[in-house]
This record gives sequence, C-alpha cells and structure tokens, in this order.
Amino acid sequence: MRSYKNILGKVDWLVIVPYLILVFVGWINIYAAVYNEEHHSIFDITQRYGKQLMWIVLALVIAFIILLVDSQFYTSFAIPIYGVVLIALIGVLLFGVETNGARSWFKLGSFKLQPSEFAKFATSLALAKYLSALNINMKDIKTKVMAAVIIGLPAVLILLQNDTGSTLVYAAFIFVLYREGLSGNILLFGILAILVFVLTLIFGPVTIILTAIFAYIVIYGLMKYDVKITFIAVLVFSGLAYVFLHFELTLNVLYYSIVGCLFSLVVYLLTRKEMRDKSIHYLGVAIFVLTCFYIFSIDFTFNKVLKEHQRTRITVLLGEEDKLIEQIEALKIERDVDGISKEEKQIIRDDIGGKRFSLRELRQGNGWNIKQSLIAIGSGGFTGKGFLDGTQTKFNFVPEQSTDFIFCTIGEEWGFLGTFFLVCIYIALFLRILFLAERQRSIFSRVYGYAVASILFFHFLINIGMTIGLAPVIGIPLPFISYGGSSLWSFTILLFIFIKLDSERLLVLR
Amino acid sequence: MNLTNRKFIVGIIFLVVGLIFIIRLFNVQVLDDKYKSESDHNVLREVTQYPARGLIYDRNDELLVYNEAAYDLMILPKQVKELDTLALCDLLEIEKEEFLEKFIKAKKYSRYKPSKFLKEISSISYAKIQEQLYNYPGFFVDTRTLRKYPRNSAAHILGYIGEVNQSVIEKKPYYRSGDYIGKSGLEYSYEEVLRGIRGVKRVLVDVHNREKGSYKDGARDTMAVTGTILRTTLDIILQEYGELLMQNKKGSIVAIEPSTGEVLALVSAPNYDPNMLVGRAVGKNYPTLSRDTLNPLFNRALMAKYPPGSIFKTVQAMVGLQAGVINANSGFACNKAMVGCHNHPSAGSVAASVKMSCNPYYYHVFKRLIQQKKATSIYKDSEIGLGIWATQIKKFGFGTRLETDLPSIKRGVVPDVDFYNLWYGAGRWAYSTIRSLGIGQGEVEVIPLQMANLSATIANRGYYYTPHLIKGLEGVDTIPQKFRKKHSIDIDDEHINTVIDGMYGVVYEPGGTARRARIHESIAVCGKTGTAQNPHGQDHSVFIAFAPKDNPKIAIAVYVENAGGGGSWAAPIASLMMEQYLTDSISIKNLKKEKRILDANFLERGIAKK
Repeated sequence: MRSYKNILGKVDWLVIVPYLILVFVGWINIYAAVYNEEHHSIFDITQRYGKQLMWIVLALVIAFIILLVDSQFYTSFAIPIYGVVLIALIGVLLFGVETNGARSWFKLGSFKLQPSEFAKFATSLALAKYLSALNINMKDIKTKVMAAVIIGLPAVLILLQNDTGSTLVYAAFIFVLYREGLSGNILLFGILAILVFVLTLIFGPVTIILTAIFAYIVIYGLMKYDVKITFIAVLVFSGLAYVFLHFELTLNVLYYSIVGCLFSLVVYLLTRKEMRDKSIHYLGVAIFVLTCFYIFSIDFTFNKVLKEHQRTRITVLLGEEDKLIEQIEALKIERDVDGISKEEKQIIRDDIGGKRFSLRELRQGNGWNIKQSLIAIGSGGFTGKGFLDGTQTKFNFVPEQSTDFIFCTIGEEWGFLGTFFLVCIYIALFLRILFLAERQRSIFSRVYGYAVASILFFHFLINIGMTIGLAPVIGIPLPFISYGGSSLWSFTILLFIFIKLDSERLLVLR
Repeated sequence: MNLTNRKFIVGIIFLVVGLIFIIRLFNVQVLDDKYKSESDHNVLREVTQYPARGLIYDRNDELLVYNEAAYDLMILPKQVKELDTLALCDLLEIEKEEFLEKFIKAKKYSRYKPSKFLKEISSISYAKIQEQLYNYPGFFVDTRTLRKYPRNSAAHILGYIGEVNQSVIEKKPYYRSGDYIGKSGLEYSYEEVLRGIRGVKRVLVDVHNREKGSYKDGARDTMAVTGTILRTTLDIILQEYGELLMQNKKGSIVAIEPSTGEVLALVSAPNYDPNMLVGRAVGKNYPTLSRDTLNPLFNRALMAKYPPGSIFKTVQAMVGLQAGVINANSGFACNKAMVGCHNHPSAGSVAASVKMSCNPYYYHVFKRLIQQKKATSIYKDSEIGLGIWATQIKKFGFGTRLETDLPSIKRGVVPDVDFYNLWYGAGRWAYSTIRSLGIGQGEVEVIPLQMANLSATIANRGYYYTPHLIKGLEGVDTIPQKFRKKHSIDIDDEHINTVIDGMYGVVYEPGGTARRARIHESIAVCGKTGTAQNPHGQDHSVFIAFAPKDNPKIAIAVYVENAGGGGSWAAPIASLMMEQYLTDSISIKNLKKEKRILDANFLERGIAKK
C-alpha cells in the first residue's frame, strides 16, 4: 500500500496547478455571467454558480479516486471502458432526452448526464491500448483502418445524436496519429484543404485558382533555379492583379479565358521535353488538375451537399451575414422568415455571390451572437470593466454566457490582461502535457497523453476561436471553465488518468 | 522515420494558435475602439427630457397659455408578442382595421425603433390603459405636453405650435423630427426663449430594452431647461371685449398705449379658438379653418391692406402745415365739382376741415403739396412734389414694414415716383392723375396696425415707438432695443395740435362726424372718421382715436369691412374699447350703444380685400 502522501508526491503539480486555476476562474466567471442580485451568495446552490461549486467538489473527489486507483487498471480495462461507453452512446440514442436539438442526455430525475463527454477519454484509452500493442506500425494500412474505426465509431454515434460539435472533436486525434507516424502530408493536406475551402468561399474559385497557379509557377521556378520564369510570373500576376483591382473587372469571360491560358502555360511548362524526371511532373500535373477540380467543387459542396444551417455558420464566419441582413433590409422585407419568396431570396443570393443561406438561421442570429460576443470581449479593453461590471454580460446581450460563451465574460470583465493570462495558462498546460507525454516510457501513456493534449487543444481552439470570430459557431465547452457537470468531470477524468499514468511512469514497463 | 521531431511540430502548432489568439485579442481588445462604443450603444439609451414650454401672461398677469400633459401610446414592433387584438382595440377605443393599419405602418417604419401608435390619449383613458398595459409587451406610454389657452382668445397673436418640418430640421440642428416649434404669432417670434432647452437622460437597458437604472448615477445627464415665461403687452380683458364687439363682422381693432408703443389689443375678425389648433385636433381643424371663406386664419390687423380713407386727412393736414403750403387758418370752398362731399359749410380752417372731413379741401391741400412750382413742367413738378410727400409720409410708418414682433406683417403701399412711373410711364402723370391720394383713396394702402400707430403718433404729438407685444421675459429686465427707439415724424407740435383740435371737434363739436365716439364728460376723445370707398361692396367703416386728449392712455384704430360710414360703426366700437380700457367697465348709458354693435352683422355684405 502506498500512502496518500506518496501519491500526491509523485503527481505533476505543473499540470494540477493550472487545472485548479482554470476551474477556479471558471467558477467565479460563471458567478459573474449569471449573477443574480437576489441570490448574491456565490455558494447559493439554487444558482448555477452554487451548482458549479458542487460539480467542482465532486470533480476533485473523482480526481482523487483516479489517483488512488492503480494505473494498471486503465491499461487493462481500456477496451471494456470503451465498450461500455459505446453501449451508453447507443443507449442514449434510444432512451436519451433531447436538449437543443441533440439527443445526447440521459436523464435521472433532475440529474442529466451526457455520455458523449465520457466517450472522449474512453476513446483515448482504447486508441492508446491499440497503438501500444506489439507489431503496430502506422504505415500498415490495417493499423490505419483500425485506428480510424476506434475513433470513428463513437464519432458516428455522436453524429447520430445530432451533436455535430462533439463529433468534430474527434478530428483532434489526427495529432495523435501524426505523432505515432501518420504521414505529415495528411495533416498538411487537411490544413490546406480547409484553407482553400474558406478562401474560395471568400474570394471565389477563379481568384483562388489564379493564386494557386501563381504559387505553383513561383515554386517551380524557385525549385528549378529558373529566375526568369519566377520573375515573369511575378510580373504578369502583379500586373493582372493591378488591372483587376484598378478597373474592378468582374467579367467572367475574361476571367475564364485568362485562367485557360495560364492553365495551358503550366501544362506546357511541366511537360517540356527537357525536363528530366518526368514522372514527378506528371504527378504535378495530376495534383494541379485535382486541385482545380477541388476548388470548383467547393461551390457545389457548399450549395448542394452542406445543410442549410452548416452553410449559414460558414457564411457567418466569413462575415457575409451583415451584407445579407443589409440586403434583406434594403428589400424592405418586413415579413416573417418564411414569407420571403424564392425570387427575393434569389436576388439576395445573387448579390452575395450566389451562396445559399438560411434566413431562419440568420434571424436566429448566429451572426448576432458572434457580434455581441466580439463586442463583449472588445469592450473589455486592456484592463476590463471589472468583476460583475460587464454590461454585455449583465444585461444578457451574450448568449449561453455560462457555457459556450463563458470566454466573453472573462474578456469583458478582465480585459486583455485576463484573456492573455488565460490563453497562456492553457498553452502552458498543453505544452506541459506534451512534455510529460514525451517522457513516458510506455507507448500507451504517450499516446494517451497526446490524446489528452489534442482533445483539450481542440476545444480551446474552437471555443475561443468562435467567441473572437476566428472559428464557426460550434457549441463545445471551454475545458474546466464552462458551466456543466458532465464536461467538467469528463475533462477531469481525461486529465487525471494521464496524471496518474505519469506519476507511475517509472514503476511499470509497458 | 524519426518521429521525435514531430513533438516539436505539434507543440509549435499549439503555440502558433495561442499566438494567433493573443494577437487577435490584442487587436480586438486594445487596438480597436469600435467595440467599446458598440457596447455603450447596446446598453445606453438616451431618453430625451422635454422641457416645458414657457408660459405666456398678459400685462395684468392673466395666464394666456399653459401646458397640459398629453400621453402618446408608443409601439416597439419587435417586442410585440401575440396579443388579444380585440381586447386591446376595446381598451384603446379604436376599430380593428385602424389597429392593423397602424400596426403595419409602425412595422414598416422600423421593427427596432419605437414610433407613435396613438397620439394624445386623454388622461382618463390613459389611467385605464396604464393599468392594462403590462399585458401588451411592446406598447408603452410616452408623456408630452400640449399647449392650452384658458382664455380661448387672441389666437392670431399667440399663434400655434406644430411638428417641425424637414426644411427647418436641415437649417436648425437643434430640432429633431417630431419636435414642436412655433408656427405663427408669438409662439413663432419668441420660439427660442419659449421652447427652453432639451435635456438628455442616459439609462442602461438590457437586451430586451428594459430599463436597468441610470448610467453613472446620472453624472452625464443634462437637465431640461424650462422655457422662459413671456409677458405680453396685451390686456386680455380688452382683447376679449374687442373680439366680442367684432363678432359677425370682418375687420380689425388695434389698440396701443401711445407712450410706450405697447399693443393693448389686436383683434382680427373673424377669429378662431386657439385651442382648435392644438395636438391631434389640428389635423381636422386646420383644413376646416383654411377652407373657410371668411378666412379666420388671416390676421387682418397685420396682413389686410386697406385704403385708409378720410383718416388720412389728418396726415395730409400735418404734412401740408409742415411744408408751409397751408396754415392753420387756410380755407377752401367745398367745391363738389371736383370731388363729391357731404353737405356741410365750407371749412375755414384746418381744424374745421378735419372736423367736417371735407373732400375738396384736401384735394386743394394735396394739389399744393404736389405742385410746389419747383419746375415748369407740371409733370416734372408733380414728380418733385410727390417725392417730398412720399418721403414724409413714410416717416409715419406707412409703406414701410413696422418691425414689430409678430411675423407676416405687410408693409402697405405709399405710392412714390417710381410707383407711378412704372404704372403710367415717366412724365405721363401729374397731380390730376393721383389726386384721390389726398383723401386716402387711390393707390395708398395701409394695414390696421399702421392706422393705430398713426393715432398713437398724433397722441404723442409727433413720435411713435414701434408697436410691439413683448412686455418682458422672466429674468430679463429690458425689452429689445428696437422697441425702445423713438421714431419722430418731423412735424412741429403746433401743427399737430391744430390737427388734434380738429379731431376733438370730430367728436364734440357741431358738424363733427363722430359724435358716437363720446364716452362721457370726464374723458376727452379725439378721433377721425373714415369711410373707405369699396368697389366690391359696401364702404368700409374706419375710425382712429385716442383718449384722453391730454396725456393720452390709449390710441386705437378700428376698421370694419362693409359696414358703411366711419361715424356709425367704427367710432362707437372705438369708443366702447377706450371706455373699457380707461374705466374697466361700460357705463349704463353706453349699454345701448354696445347692444347696437353686438347685434350688427356685416358678414354677408361683401368680400374682404386682401
């Protein structure tokens, strides 16, 4: 038997201290977000702040229990835990209750539990277990498929619950797989594809293809040490850019003919006889053609494949919504959302470049929420408006202030000092976890550590990104801070299992 | 494959995202100021504090205009929830169609900005509606004030207020759409002092536009400054009496205190109740009043240009005496060949000519004024003569705009050389062309205010103060300089006294034309009748007078359209007015005279000349 002192002596306090800070920051900001003068005690358990304190105390109890349990338990029971969670995820589809359109809650009396939150650490354990087995190599196609299945199963089940936000979290595992040997190109292509997708929606396919060709020629020129081609390319494109900007040309025929010419030029350059390693260049041509198809398919994807609310989220993110609302006001459409005829909708659509959108979504106001969120954070200034003095927060201009938009309260009342501090704490925590993961002797612990860091990072990325207008509105909580028992406990379990694994890294050889 | 490098790549991605967030946050929170103002814009509502408009009193501190609370029902369409339309219609006492029409109109104006739904709810319905209003989110009551006129008179002088129009808003930045502004009368002239200064209260509101208290405890609020109280020179009792006497007549009475130029009464008949042009009723009443063929909105005292008729003889006499073309004892035969006259003995003096109002006498006087033999050509001679004459006449305030403090005043016409050169051509007119000017007919036109001013000038023995209606402003000691400036007519006292003797004779001596102007023995009245020929119908009855003869307290002009002889109608009206003012009552022996006036009706006799 090890003593308590022994347990606590070996845990990594550089992880636990930021955790405690974040939990405390969350609690007092929930108090500020839903502050109610009639219930001014922060311990009042009829209010969210009182409840959150209860969740925190319970979370600390859970954390302590996790530290007490032998780390062997987690490695041995990784797969059974994963199995139980999958069953729970199926169960919630059958017996769960629906909240905000997502059937992801079990209801026991007044107590609600969200199994998808717990699926995160279960999947992490299962993935760690699988990847730490002998004879596993990420280069094997079988390994890739199995890893994809382990990650994909809960993701699909959660998607069936209609909880897109929580599903997207599973994309975070790409970092884990990358660390374990997945080709870096996949990560790169992923990032590039998202970048091109967004840029295409903003600037239109032709501009992006032109830019892509430009980049291609310049890179080609640089790689071949052909200064002349690089120079000509820069000259031609800056000239074109000037002409287009100066005369505000939007003539499609002109666009397409130029694209055609340049396209032929690229193909010619790439297939010249003098070129030595031809096969690489054929590959280059193929990639280029595919890129063009991809770019042109984005419009199609956006308009035909995505659902209306998904389109609207992207529209909002791209800042097109204000334009839309102006258009609607300009048309003096004062009828209800459904009262707008197809023709009128088409007119507005033409004006914003043919993108489809959902007026209902617009009116329900994702854009409005983002705007208010930015106003809240922006109006905090350098030092903030002071605790409990945030007007955006106090007068309910920001939606979901204690859960998904809790960062607004922090930004408004504590200013840049507060948000800077918070971002630093998070990044420090993530880097510390990565550091701890790298020092593990077992693959299991390392994979699990990467999973913890990646999942927390993904939440951080999407949640804060959303409130400051850098990411689409996806309702996922800010780890350790947002109100809610399920998410706090799930993040606590996720983190403390790793702390436990880390504390015993020297004892076991896995 | 070396995978240990990859830990750095993942770490770097985390770091880069953290850095991007910090840069973005620095941008949004520190560099960009717009969010700060947008946040204020969200929660701060500026609530305008409308000042009470200044009250108006008469010279004896009788209240003429005050403010009464009015309640407007406002609507904010965005906040309107499902409602029991019929119950609300019942409460507001309107039809369902009207309700829907107003609702659609409000929604068209803006979903997010409040607009007036129902104007001026009575205070009784207000109490009833207020109790029920919590059932109807999106509706609320806005309090304003309305002008009230307890005396129901002096409408033309007091004027009215109405919502500002766009052109005023563009010119004067103080005003905003929906503000009220003086449109006529004293409300117009003294707009800037009467209106006060608007205040602003800043309140905090939440996302549902509910008030949450004042901003910074009201530190940045500005108080509304109440409009200044205006005291007018009017004697409201006299004004009301004048309006009473002028019932069923068209015309005007203007009474002035000669020693100060203060207007005591300024009656234009027919008139209207000033309360008709207040608030919601304007929409209905204004078109009715403006379509009325008797033209009650037209302020005859300032805007009606009349031929002065025989009262002008007093002017001709003074000008003739001053020019030296006649003396006090000049006599001319009453030669009816030249111009018609009534039966009276030939006047042997200026005083007698005034008393008997002899037409041929003034043809002679005017002939001497025009043909002063300063040129050989009679045309040239007439030009010189008329030039001198017109200059002198304008000193009386005729043919010039009296710079009083009421708007839309006319200048009248004093024909001069240019006038006739334009009319007939230079060198194509002479005395014989224009001689009817001698008896106040022809091209000369004056407004009743100028007639009263003439009377006041004679009473003052040769000067006048511009007639005005401001007696004082609360907290201000003096009235404007322009009303304290003496205007001299440059006529010697002896000449004026000669005319005054004649005016005394008009009332008291045998052969005088206005015995009906007598009040009683102790008050000496001086007057001059006029019967202005009217080609459109019955002659206009004109009378100017002042009393007492020495140290006069009141000067008056009465002009009654289509009434006939000046002595028969205008003179007794003037007499009653002066009696009322000087003795605060009408003596028993004059009640008969009063009844005769009250019973008279000249409305059907002709068309007013504008």
